[in-house]
Amino acid sequence: MSILIGKDTRVICQGFTGKQATFHSRQCLDYGTQLVGGVTPGKGGSRHLDLPVFNTVREAVDATGADASMIYVPPPFAADAILEAAEAGISVIVCITEGIPVLHMLKVKAALASYDAVLIGPNCPGVITPDECKIGIMPGFIHRKGSIGIVSRSGTLTYEAVYQTTRVGLGQSTCVGIGGDPIKGLDFIEVLDKFERDPDTAGIIMVGEIGGSAEEEAAEFIHAHVSKPVVGYIAGLTAPPGKRMGHAGAIITGGKGTGAGKVEAMRRAGVEMVDSLSDMGQRMLELLKN
Amino acid sequence: MNLHEYQSKRLFAEYGIAVPRGGVAFSPEEARSAAIEIGGERWAVKAQVHSGGRGKAGGVKLCGSEDKVAAAAHELLGSELVTYQTGGKGLPVHAVLVEEVREIAREIYLSLLVDRSSARVMFLASGEGGMDIETVAAEAPEKILSCRVHPAAGYQPHQGREIGYALGLDAAQVGSLTRLMAGMYRLFLDKDLNQIEINPLIVTGDGELLALDAKIGVDDNALFAHPDLAGLRDATQEDAREHAAREHGLSYVTLSGNIGCMVNGAGLAMATMDMVKLHGGEPANFLDVGGGATAERVAEAFKLILSDSGVRAVLVNIFGGIVRCDLIAEGLIAAVKEVQVGVPVVVRLEGTNAGEGRALLERSGLAIIAANELDEAARKAVEAAA
Repeated sequence: MSILIGKDTRVICQGFTGKQATFHSRQCLDYGTQLVGGVTPGKGGSRHLDLPVFNTVREAVDATGADASMIYVPPPFAADAILEAAEAGISVIVCITEGIPVLHMLKVKAALASYDAVLIGPNCPGVITPDECKIGIMPGFIHRKGSIGIVSRSGTLTYEAVYQTTRVGLGQSTCVGIGGDPIKGLDFIEVLDKFERDPDTAGIIMVGEIGGSAEEEAAEFIHAHVSKPVVGYIAGLTAPPGKRMGHAGAIITGGKGTGAGKVEAMRRAGVEMVDSLSDMGQRMLELLKN
Repeated sequence: MNLHEYQSKRLFAEYGIAVPRGGVAFSPEEARSAAIEIGGERWAVKAQVHSGGRGKAGGVKLCGSEDKVAAAAHELLGSELVTYQTGGKGLPVHAVLVEEVREIAREIYLSLLVDRSSARVMFLASGEGGMDIETVAAEAPEKILSCRVHPAAGYQPHQGREIGYALGLDAAQVGSLTRLMAGMYRLFLDKDLNQIEINPLIVTGDGELLALDAKIGVDDNALFAHPDLAGLRDATQEDAREHAAREHGLSYVTLSGNIGCMVNGAGLAMATMDMVKLHGGEPANFLDVGGGATAERVAEAFKLILSDSGVRAVLVNIFGGIVRCDLIAEGLIAAVKEVQVGVPVVVRLEGTNAGEGRALLERSGLAIIAANELDEAARKAVEAAA
């Protein structure tokens, strides 16, 4: 068991023939992901990476039975791509694209409410269930099948958490990079809920950062609904207010969204907070021993 | 990206949001001409900088003659304005806005922004115009009114009525407010904004609603669709290094410490700053070189970091996932040679081929201190900078 994706997940790639998409699609295939085709409007009927290319997601789904999509479409067209996937019946939509206008995402988010699809991202590394399915740009080899669920707003901090849990021998059930944008698909709470229900997840590492109030809301959820041990880390305690720290969503505005406030909220909710990034794996190991 | 008040007010006028009669001036003579064209007997001369708190900082001058308008413009233009929001640094004044002075019966706060929790565009209003909304939120949160707009339905007049009557406006003023808010919403959507703030929105002696101040923030990610707005960027209002970084596609924020940081990934870059602080040091910057971390980008990043003369050591923290650490090490070595880095460089490489990468660094003969763990790297960088 795992959450969101597994060995039977059939994946297509939107924006398939682009440079980044090609590179990462190849990596996903090497990892063992069942990538069954791709979509590039105008190139339907051709083949790429020895897989069929379609003009529309609908054609791709009809021909391949795909139920997940990995999107590398450039920012101006990404909202359209997400909604095309939802409309075609894709159930897990992973959008890697960084730089989508916020107002595009507001519309997408509102529209997705009428579909069963879940969106992961945008501006995220993707999702992986080790040894089964990798959808995204994360380096596959650092993962190891195991019992820790990881959820994070940051790509590289997800890799840190993965690497540490692999080294202490715990491994991962599923890792979800929810992305660094202010308006996104799945947020902490939805992913925490799935991990709590997943019998193969024994503990959860949650990595947040400054900006917004998703961590504070997640803390309340954890307090009320999560029984598994949670190790938490918040990046950006030293970030100045009013400055965007790389991610579109990583900004302290109007005194809201500070790192200290998030750490405090999560600690109060019973989350085991680490001050040093390097301690996530070790601390989880200690929690699970007790 | 932020706009100046005069740029924002031009957009307001296009969208039916009433503003005082005024004109922008780049010289004292232009200011005098603007005052003559506006007419009347009293004018406000307002420094155009990307900051609030201008009034208290001496950036807004009330003048009773055209000569005084020209003199005020002369004084402000070319000066630097330090407000409580500019962090001790001054922002250069290259333009002033000359405006008619209207009688103020009431001041209201009104803004429009993206509410992340609800994923909606949200109006915020309060009867405490002229005050920072943060201050009101902290001291009297019950005085803040809000309404969220559904993206499919769009703004509805009842939302304006609810806010208007709650603010205690009369029926005619509520009508004006409802139309003004419709204009704000259209402007927000048409131009892909992330903020419109009117503080204060005034009710004049004769009951008119006017935007006395105007602040607009544009979504940088949407500038591709708005070349007209992109052209309004005023780089002189931005940190020079942050501006240079953007030109090179690097994400950089200036901080006040002495340890330069170069990291791949925004989250890891923030975590690295925090780690420096945890070990008793102060980061000089936030810098995300991006996933690629190629020799070229690394060289640009070094140049940027070292253009800050306060930097005493550089901490490089790279998690090599898809990109192998040995390739990153080669890039680092080339960049350190090319840029002739004169301060200690502590490097932590982790991930694919990390061992090979570290070996390359050690064999390079350069003043590069290799570290295995992030903790160790941060500690060594703090020691090197001391």
